[in-house]
Amino acid sequence: MNQLGFPILSIMLAVPTAAAIACLYLKDEGARRLALAATLIDLALGILLWATFDSSQGAPQWQFQEHVGVFGRFAWALGIDGIALLLIMLSVFLMPICILASWTSITKRVPEYMAAFLLTEVLMVGTFAAQDLFLFYIFFEAGLIPMYLIIGIWGGARRIYASYKFFLYTLLGSVLMLIAMLWMSNFAGTTDIPTLLQTDFPVEAQNWLWLAFFASFAVKVPMWPVHTWLPDAHVEAPTAGSVILAGVLLKLGGYGFIRFSLPMFPEASSTLIWVILVLSGIAVVYTSLVALVQNDMKKLIAYSSVAHMAIVTIGLFAFNRQGLEGSMMVMLSHGLVSGALFLCVGVIYDRLHTREIARYGGLSNNMPRYALLFMLFTMASVGLPGTSGFVGEFLSLMGAWQVSSWATAVCTTGIILGAAYMLYLYWRVAFGVSDKPDAAAMPDLNARELISLGAIALVVLWMGVYPESFLKPMRNDIGTIVARVDRAKPRFDPDFAVGKPNVKLPVEAAAH
Amino acid sequence: MDYAQNLLITLPELILSIGAIVLMMVAAYAGDRATRPIGWAAVLLFVAALIASLFPAGIGFGGLYKADAFSAFAKALIYGGAAVSVILAPDFFERRGGQLRAEYPVLLLLSGVGMGMMVSATDLLTLYVGLELQSLAAYVLASFMRRDARSAEAGLKYFVLGALASGILLYGIALLYGFTGTTQFSGIAAAIGAGPLSTGLLFGIVFAMAGIAFKISAVPFHMWTPDVYEGAPTPVTGFFASAPKVAAMGLMVRLTVEAMGPAYESWRQIVIFSALASIVLGAVAAIGQKNIKRLLAYSSINNVGFALIGLAAVQPGRPEGVASVMTYMAIYIVMTLGSFLVVLQMRDAEGNNVETIASLSGLSRTHPALAAAFAVFMFSLAGVPPLLGFWAKFVVFDAAVKAGLWPLAAIGIAASVISAFYYLMIVKTMYFDEPAPAYHRVENKIEGGLIAVTALAVSPLGYFLIPLLADLSTNAAQALF
Repeated sequence: MNQLGFPILSIMLAVPTAAAIACLYLKDEGARRLALAATLIDLALGILLWATFDSSQGAPQWQFQEHVGVFGRFAWALGIDGIALLLIMLSVFLMPICILASWTSITKRVPEYMAAFLLTEVLMVGTFAAQDLFLFYIFFEAGLIPMYLIIGIWGGARRIYASYKFFLYTLLGSVLMLIAMLWMSNFAGTTDIPTLLQTDFPVEAQNWLWLAFFASFAVKVPMWPVHTWLPDAHVEAPTAGSVILAGVLLKLGGYGFIRFSLPMFPEASSTLIWVILVLSGIAVVYTSLVALVQNDMKKLIAYSSVAHMAIVTIGLFAFNRQGLEGSMMVMLSHGLVSGALFLCVGVIYDRLHTREIARYGGLSNNMPRYALLFMLFTMASVGLPGTSGFVGEFLSLMGAWQVSSWATAVCTTGIILGAAYMLYLYWRVAFGVSDKPDAAAMPDLNARELISLGAIALVVLWMGVYPESFLKPMRNDIGTIVARVDRAKPRFDPDFAVGKPNVKLPVEAAAH
Repeated sequence: MDYAQNLLITLPELILSIGAIVLMMVAAYAGDRATRPIGWAAVLLFVAALIASLFPAGIGFGGLYKADAFSAFAKALIYGGAAVSVILAPDFFERRGGQLRAEYPVLLLLSGVGMGMMVSATDLLTLYVGLELQSLAAYVLASFMRRDARSAEAGLKYFVLGALASGILLYGIALLYGFTGTTQFSGIAAAIGAGPLSTGLLFGIVFAMAGIAFKISAVPFHMWTPDVYEGAPTPVTGFFASAPKVAAMGLMVRLTVEAMGPAYESWRQIVIFSALASIVLGAVAAIGQKNIKRLLAYSSINNVGFALIGLAAVQPGRPEGVASVMTYMAIYIVMTLGSFLVVLQMRDAEGNNVETIASLSGLSRTHPALAAAFAVFMFSLAGVPPLLGFWAKFVVFDAAVKAGLWPLAAIGIAASVISAFYYLMIVKTMYFDEPAPAYHRVENKIEGGLIAVTALAVSPLGYFLIPLLADLSTNAAQALF
């Protein structure tokens, strides 16, 4: 079965499912505790998964595989490679933190809230672990239901508008993907993702399939111009909802690109690469500028997410190792950092109940621990060397440079603009004069908040200082993808040829 | 084939007809006191007919009637749906001040006979007789609350428009008979396959399909649906949306495949148009509705559109399309019966039924379990995974893609997002809005149990039924080829 002897992935799905059902029958406090316990069990299982994952040279690509053909047309097939492993780790790491973040800030309908979060966890882990095309689709789509409820029930003032927009936007994107999947499974005669990854689809069909998948993943990532659901959803969602939305749900789009679009349709990816380059370039510059003028903290971070995810997409379609590894690192780093930033916003929102930047100021005086951690995450978001943000952005832009120097040049401005809007935000919130009595009276982080933010901070530094821990599990799998797409590699515009200097050197100089 | 065998093949219809006549006599002498026993007897008869429909197969009465895997599949759904409709009626009518009249179960039985005939018909005349038997019972049922103006209006509208549709169908039958010289499906298919399609025959096909499109309430013959659904008593509406839909769809499938199979390229255009028009109109028109029954009426129009996509995928020798239609109808009947069961629980403090969507506000806090069940049905009808309604859509789109109709599938599925909007609206009303006055809580174990069973069936647990459903529907479909 696998190296552990028990179906660990199914258990990782079963634990939160059972807890979610049990939560509905508990009182508030019991539901909180049970949810925390279940997510911690999943985290422990995740660590076990990582510890036993074989990432040595020549290790099998797919590990921990399970296959039960109970559904007829498709199967309960799970299994992970290094890419999926890291994203599962990201999900199970952020979940307990989300539960902690909601401990006191959610007071109404707590059991249902916890159940919705646990179901979200099931569906996220399931999406990353699914090895059957339609099982993937079911997990991918089903994630909309709990998130719709989380935004709609526990969200802010415009929550209903935001929840509709979130649901319908993503649904419209996804349904076209389903038609493409049906076509693919009929063409290949299988729904098994590893087999489909080896299938060469006809080049003339690839463009259509690629566009159908693009419709789904571009909305999920999100890419400009279909990103508009994201700021609304983030602003209205409760803090933990934003964390999970930015931390993991956006990664489903990136995961989709890396798992399906690129290796299954290499020719189409090459033909249509201009779509990615243009949209990513616009996204970086446009959303960074928009972020610069926001008054709402959550909106600012939401727009910065769009900009960061554009760096992911440009790196993904670079067709080389640096780009792909960089994109994965940006995804992981962004998952942690933007999650942490939303938590930081949540911390002060819980105290003052406003997200307006102008209502704060001088927090470094009365909240020094908070200001320190907030600073760390600000720097990580900017991409300061030594933090996780730097590794990913550097690699991914370096990979992208080999495809299009122009697009990379445009996207690199995002780093500068990112520094501008993040530092501007930090300056307005943490520094300056504490002239607002209510803001100046806010207490510093309590133990619960400190544990949540501190845990993320440690991982952010770990990823920045020793990224090898995170690069190692996916090295083989990235290699497989690079080898797979090599035949369709686009011609690179900065294709420097080695010149032949036409200089006659004096004979005695050559003799030296 | 001797007479005994003919009778054996038609055993389900015999059970229902004799049972209906006997119960009618009981009703005449015992009066309305016997309503409940008669109702339970009717349920037993439906169960007996369901069991009887599974066994003997063959062609009876010189090619007028056929019992095969297809008819067995459809009859299982029809009799099951009809039995549930009998069960949910008495409480409703008692709350409306009167008692349920004893004729109600009898009419459902007679309607059941007609529906059985519809899906077993292999001759245009059996088809017509079955359809009329079903319809005449349905007209009476629609106006069953005689003193209620809306119910009477519903019955009258249904009758007038239904009569018009029957006329159109008869005209189509006449043309088909005139140009092929036979009323038997196999003979018609042979005549169509023999040469190029004549204009008269084409008109016959168009008229016959128009008549049946009325019965499945496919656009552009859907106009009666919202009014009749709104006016008819709720249990009757639940019945209209379930069993007769399956019967009419079964009839449509058998007629198009067995009789008009060789002309599939001609009728496919009609089916494609009707499918897309039903999906779009059913989705757009539902958005503005304030009445839950009207909304479900448009939802049924919308769903018929999806089922028709499966029919459009039918090609000679390829049963996937038929199998997908039957799977769709099987899942649809469970979702729709579940939804109407929930609608029956919507009662104000005095116990009167309310039908406004606004009264659902905050249901998740006043009746959490009921709200959860209704949310399951709504998400399932919207076709969102992991609920079983997704699987229904999956199979029809799969069949369409296999038949090379992927543009149709892409347009259809994109339009399904519009319909997701109003299903979400119901969920929003129940979960996001502030509570309206709570519904009157009536403990009815049977209805509560049925809601739980249907909700579980369309929940992710229902996915374990997929292999069984696939086998049965494929079997049913192969019987037609």
